[in-house]
Amino acid sequence: MTTFKLDITREHCPMTFVKTKIALSKLNAGEVLEVILSEGEPLENVPKSSREQGYKVLEVSHVEGLIHRVLIQK
Amino acid sequence: METPEFTTENQAKAQKKLSLISFSGDFDKLVATFTLATGAAAVGYDVNIFFTFWGLNAIKKEQGRAFVGKGFLPKMFGFFMGGLRSAPVSRLNFMGFSPKIFRYLMRKKNVATLEELVEAAKNLEINMYACEMAMHILGLEKSDFIHEVKGVLGVATFLDLSEGGRTIFI
Repeated sequence: MTTFKLDITREHCPMTFVKTKIALSKLNAGEVLEVILSEGEPLENVPKSSREQGYKVLEVSHVEGLIHRVLIQK
Repeated sequence: METPEFTTENQAKAQKKLSLISFSGDFDKLVATFTLATGAAAVGYDVNIFFTFWGLNAIKKEQGRAFVGKGFLPKMFGFFMGGLRSAPVSRLNFMGFSPKIFRYLMRKKNVATLEELVEAAKNLEINMYACEMAMHILGLEKSDFIHEVKGVLGVATFLDLSEGGRTIFI
């Protein structure tokens, strides 16, 4: 299973969602995107909007401090 | 028996559409337009932007000041209005100095600049349209705009496109 990585911890709205969406659109079905993001709006909404768009959220885990990791499968 | 088309979930899906009327052409209002548009598209909305009057400057191929338009008056007007790079801010423009400060601050604070937002809108395949009537006044043709502009519309078609979603005038 190929995993691609995207760090959006330095991004702000709307680029947090935009970069995730663009990265996901480039994946083939079954491939996984690892998104490193911050607490707050990105953590609340990136997994939610990915699910709503039909992607599978495999994991949401805490990395350190305010940083979290989300695994999204296309 | 449940009728699928009337469930709350299906209604929510049907309304996941955002249509923006980009009228002002001001730097700050264009940032608002493209922030809403790209954010909405990224979370699964179908997004339309209808550019009219000053808003048309944002989608010109020529991003600086250029004599775009058919005829003497439209050409002169086109020059003074300029394109995306010459968009003024709606307050405290200081002869075009403020947009430069904004661009500097946005880059420094790692917030997407107007140009980055427009690029994102293209990547997200947001539907961009130009107003036929305003184009006619300003002597503009579809070929004066970036090729991502899908078409030239009037009010009736815009109303058809925006039906069932939310519409915002900026």
